[in-house]
Amino acid sequence: MRKKNVTIQDRASRGRFHYSQDNVIDKAFNWDQLKRLLRYMKPYSKKLLPLAVVAMLVGTIIRLTAPVLIGHTIDEAIRPGNWNMLMWVTIVLAGMYGLQWISNFFRIRWINQVGQYIIFDLRRDLFNHIQRLSHRFFDQRSAGSILVRVTNDVHSLQELFTNGVINMMMDTVMLIGIVSILFVISPELTIAIMIVLPIMFYISTNLRKRIRRSWQVVRLKQSTMNSHLNESIQGIRVTQAYNQEQENMDYFTDLNRDTFDAWEQATRKSAKFRPLVEISNAVGTAILIWYGIYLIDTTAFTIGNFVTFATFLGMFWEPISRLGQIYNQLLMAMASSERIFEYLDERPSVPEKKGAEALGEIKGDIRFDHVEFSYDETKTALHEMDIHIKAGETFALVGHTGSGKTTIVSLISRFYDPTKGRVLIDGKDLRDVTLDSIRSQVSVVLQDTFIFSGTIMENIRFGNPEADDEAVKEAAYRVGADGFIRQLKYGYDTEVEERGNVLSVGERQLISFARALLADPRILILDEATASIDTETEQVIQKALQTLLQGRTAIMIAHRLSTIREADQIMVLEQGRVLEQGSHDELMRRDGEYYRLVRAQFNVLEAG
Amino acid sequence: MNTFQRLKDFYWPDKRLFVISICFLLIMTSLTMAYPIVLQYAIDEVVIASNWELLPYLAVGFVLITVLKAIATYLHQYCGDMFGIRSVYRLRSRLYEKLQFLPFRFYDNAKTGDLMSRLTADVEAFRFFLSFGFAQVINLVLLVSFSFGVMMFYSAQLALVSLISMPFLAVLVYRFDRKVHPGFKRIRESFASMTTKVQENVSGMSTVKSLSKEDFEIGRFESRNHDYKNKSLYNAGLWAKFFPVMELIGNICVVVLLGYGGFLVMQGQLQIGQLAASFSLIWYIIGPLMNLGFIINTFSQSKASGERLLEVLDEEEMNIQHGAASLKRLRGDVEFVDVTHSYEGESQRALEDISFHAPPGSTFGLIGATGSGKTTITQLISGFYEPEKGGIFIDGQPISRYSLAELRQNIGFVLQESFLFSSTIRDNIAYGRPDATIEEIMDAAKRAQAHDFIIGMENGYETILGERGMGLSGGQKQRIAIARAILINPAVLVLDDATSAVDMETEQRIQAAFQEVMKGRTTFIIAHRISSLKHADQILVLDQGQIAERGVHEQLLENNHIYKKIYDIQFQDRDTVLQRQI
Ligand SMILES: Nc1ncnc2c1ncn2[C@@H]1O[C@H](COP(=O)(O)OP(=O)(O)O)[C@@H](O)[C@H]1O
Ligand SMILES: Nc1ncnc2c1ncn2[C@@H]1O[C@H](COP(=O)(O)OP(=O)(O)O)[C@@H](O)[C@H]1O
Ligand SMILES: [Mg+2]
Ligand SMILES: [Mg+2]
Repeated sequence: MRKKNVTIQDRASRGRFHYSQDNVIDKAFNWDQLKRLLRYMKPYSKKLLPLAVVAMLVGTIIRLTAPVLIGHTIDEAIRPGNWNMLMWVTIVLAGMYGLQWISNFFRIRWINQVGQYIIFDLRRDLFNHIQRLSHRFFDQRSAGSILVRVTNDVHSLQELFTNGVINMMMDTVMLIGIVSILFVISPELTIAIMIVLPIMFYISTNLRKRIRRSWQVVRLKQSTMNSHLNESIQGIRVTQAYNQEQENMDYFTDLNRDTFDAWEQATRKSAKFRPLVEISNAVGTAILIWYGIYLIDTTAFTIGNFVTFATFLGMFWEPISRLGQIYNQLLMAMASSERIFEYLDERPSVPEKKGAEALGEIKGDIRFDHVEFSYDETKTALHEMDIHIKAGETFALVGHTGSGKTTIVSLISRFYDPTKGRVLIDGKDLRDVTLDSIRSQVSVVLQDTFIFSGTIMENIRFGNPEADDEAVKEAAYRVGADGFIRQLKYGYDTEVEERGNVLSVGERQLISFARALLADPRILILDEATASIDTETEQVIQKALQTLLQGRTAIMIAHRLSTIREADQIMVLEQGRVLEQGSHDELMRRDGEYYRLVRAQFNVLEAG
Repeated sequence: MNTFQRLKDFYWPDKRLFVISICFLLIMTSLTMAYPIVLQYAIDEVVIASNWELLPYLAVGFVLITVLKAIATYLHQYCGDMFGIRSVYRLRSRLYEKLQFLPFRFYDNAKTGDLMSRLTADVEAFRFFLSFGFAQVINLVLLVSFSFGVMMFYSAQLALVSLISMPFLAVLVYRFDRKVHPGFKRIRESFASMTTKVQENVSGMSTVKSLSKEDFEIGRFESRNHDYKNKSLYNAGLWAKFFPVMELIGNICVVVLLGYGGFLVMQGQLQIGQLAASFSLIWYIIGPLMNLGFIINTFSQSKASGERLLEVLDEEEMNIQHGAASLKRLRGDVEFVDVTHSYEGESQRALEDISFHAPPGSTFGLIGATGSGKTTITQLISGFYEPEKGGIFIDGQPISRYSLAELRQNIGFVLQESFLFSSTIRDNIAYGRPDATIEEIMDAAKRAQAHDFIIGMENGYETILGERGMGLSGGQKQRIAIARAILINPAVLVLDDATSAVDMETEQRIQAAFQEVMKGRTTFIIAHRISSLKHADQILVLDQGQIAERGVHEQLLENNHIYKKIYDIQFQDRDTVLQRQI
């Protein structure tokens, strides 16, 4: 992932922060990929697209004939002094331009529709697909890198689909049209002028390519700078608490400097573009003047022809330049679409079976049958687990960090599939039933709660979008969140966001509690959910749970043993194995690891 | 103009670049006139007048003029760009510096997204105007007036008649612009809202999946995706409506030019070459006019951006007196006398009449419900906020006597939410003391019980943490944050719920190690677990911003109040255990 950029000297990469940086991409042209991309046009290839093409052709033909007409007018009407003809030509020309106006209107309209629909489809497909991917996929990627694909990568295809495709056709028609017309008027002169064609093509592809690359470097530097800005804002409290303002400024100066240098280089290159284009254009014009006038002198070449040539020469550059631009766009699109397709080709690691049936309303009996699980090849997270959690039971998991508690509950929600063995709910293997029917009946309150931006009301309602305001407040009340919410300035309508300061860590957890309750699950999982909640509030929650858990299965993970002592069953884990299991009293009598843990709690108290 | 006046410091040092750029622009625009003039000359003076010997001069001359023009173009663009880039370099530095020194108060009310958009989009808009906007205005005026001048010179009648429709064009452009720019703004907003949605969805994916709300999320995204499409299509519709009309107006000028110009040629009032040249000249007038709206808009946007930047720049910084002579080491005697504090915009007081005294080297415990004011107390000590009322003394002096740098160098803070930077573990621990040796870093890590899991990782201390410490569990992040605080060897150590995500046994080991760490420093421990506070020399029990109880562990138990209640809950099995030990 981490690749160094060699083009521009990196000052900042030696600094105190590290940001993953993409490389400047130079993808080869890939036809298969282009075909796959163009397949998105198919739904529109019956009506919208052909219409747009027709409109484009009409407009282009008019653009091509107008200069010929003007040239003829000069020769046939103006120079001989033919009034009548001049008038007629003027009227015809006006009519043609009117027609062009209408065709342009429809071309712009239709082609934008095609483009936007395609982008919409693509983005929807991608987002929907990502929703279906499993935890493993998200374990391996940062949120930022996924975000970039759905937004920016798709966005960079937008230009291609809206204007790129149609312009490519238009410009090709234009170029062929211009060359043919010129050739008909005067083959010699056309050939002479065509000498500049290779120069133009060279500039428009080669120089442009280098310019594009150097701008890519600029963009990469900028994105690093933005990552840092973003992080430095979010971490500002740490920075100030540790007096690191000055040091960070030194780092930023390097970043800023890097960006500046890259930018200067890019500017140097791109400032060359226009002048070179103009010079090559001027060479063409000089040839026209010199050779063209020579032709007027010696052959039947007329002044009207000369003007036509001059006009076309002025129109010549535009399509070539744009084709070069589109080619660049295509290359960029290749890079983007490759990254998009990479995601689309990703299969969920916990796939739903064909014809999987929905689990009806479950009782909540959970069974692990010889379950073994590993996140990666290197080490096994769970060894040969046999667990039976009876319906309606409150089951607690205890053990050190990394002993496998979270892993067990992840398997119950089928975020992962066991490497060996089976996980069963109500006697049904989870692999045989639909994901939705499991997860809609299993709610997890996680260690890291997530707050979506929106009101508190909306955040709680996330657990059950159909719930009305009263139900939301009821849920909040039952977990003891109602109190602090009412004290906020706007109560339930207070706007909150992830990383915001309106809510403390504990309060955020209370909200996620309410959210989980509102979902009215058959199985409720609390994974260190009360770690940041003070003991008294926790008591309120515990009391609420006692009534709430009636008839539901609950699995609790907590470090504070007081939190779990009431559980029906407690299971002690170590390094992915079960050490012992039983009720609190049983385990206390057994004098095993659990007893040791409880005692350790007091040792802290007794020591010193 | 005032906005630009006030931002002068950032761009005016490069005024030379600006002046050079504008000079070359003048040359460039003047030379643009060469093409139509040469064309006219070629037809009228060479062909019609049969002066064939002039031909080579004309052709070569034209190429030379273009080369000159090309050089001018290059220099104009390069200098203009550099003018913008350099100014922005300065501006960015200043903004970043500002951000580093703005107080917590500012950040409480700021949204990261909003700040980011000022630092990126607004800075860019400002640069764009410096680099192009201003030059565009000059270019427009010059090009239009030169072209018009030449046309007038050829034939005043023709110029006036063929440009008669220009006012219509101007009105059209104006109307188009009035509509299209709000449209663009809406598109940008819609895109931003879509981005936020995706960002949130992906960051909160565990929550989404565990509640099985994928379809709900798909629905929420779909509506934003739709919205973006519709906003884009609305603008495309405007484009389709206006742009072809503008082109039509331009084309009608050409038709008039042909008709009336042809008439004038027949009348002998105009030369045919002049007519041909006018076909080019007229587009030099129409083209820029079609751009007029864009230019005006660039100006007003960059003005608005400038204002948003000034808002940030005008915020008052803290004066931390960096590098102030001899930051002295404090002893760590902390005293609060009747301190009352409320946060800006909050009606309720966060703290009310808090008094306590923590002698050097003592350990101070803070316990109480969420929102009772524990964090606030510690943040007042570090001078992150100023109290509304009352006095805070360190080593007997009011804290206003110390520079903020001095205070913070002496206070090691483990924040409630352990924030780690995208950097190596080593640099994260050394964050407060970048010059620390690896031995010192390892030592701090060992004391925080972080060493073992760190060396268990593939790259050990050189492991690079991703966004917000991705790849570490909550407990691991907390331990790194603790190591970071220990490393600066502070006189006052603040642990704000710093071990909540750490399991019991690890916490015990941390505490054992802390016995030594805490020697010689004043330590404030905020915790929910009684076991973490028990040894404190003094424990404050807070309730709604007030001190409900204070004393050492045993006293508080005897008090039989809030503390005792918490204790009972947490230590229900103590008796069983004790009995068995006997
Ligand atoms: N997403 C993951 N990828 C790879 N390894 C993981 C992942 N999550 C957890 N692990 C590893 O699996 C083991 C069990 O972790 P976990 O179930 O999270 O423990 P607990 O919840 O008890 O702290 C640990 O060794 C941990 O490092
Ligand atoms: N930055 C802030 N802006 C506004 N109000 C705040 C801010 N920080 C805390 N508060 C409010 O001040 C009170 C005390 O908060 P705090 O000191 O964080 O409590 P604790 O640390 O005990 O949970 C709470 O009511 C909280 O909502
Ligand atoms: Mg866990
Ligand atoms: Mg707090």
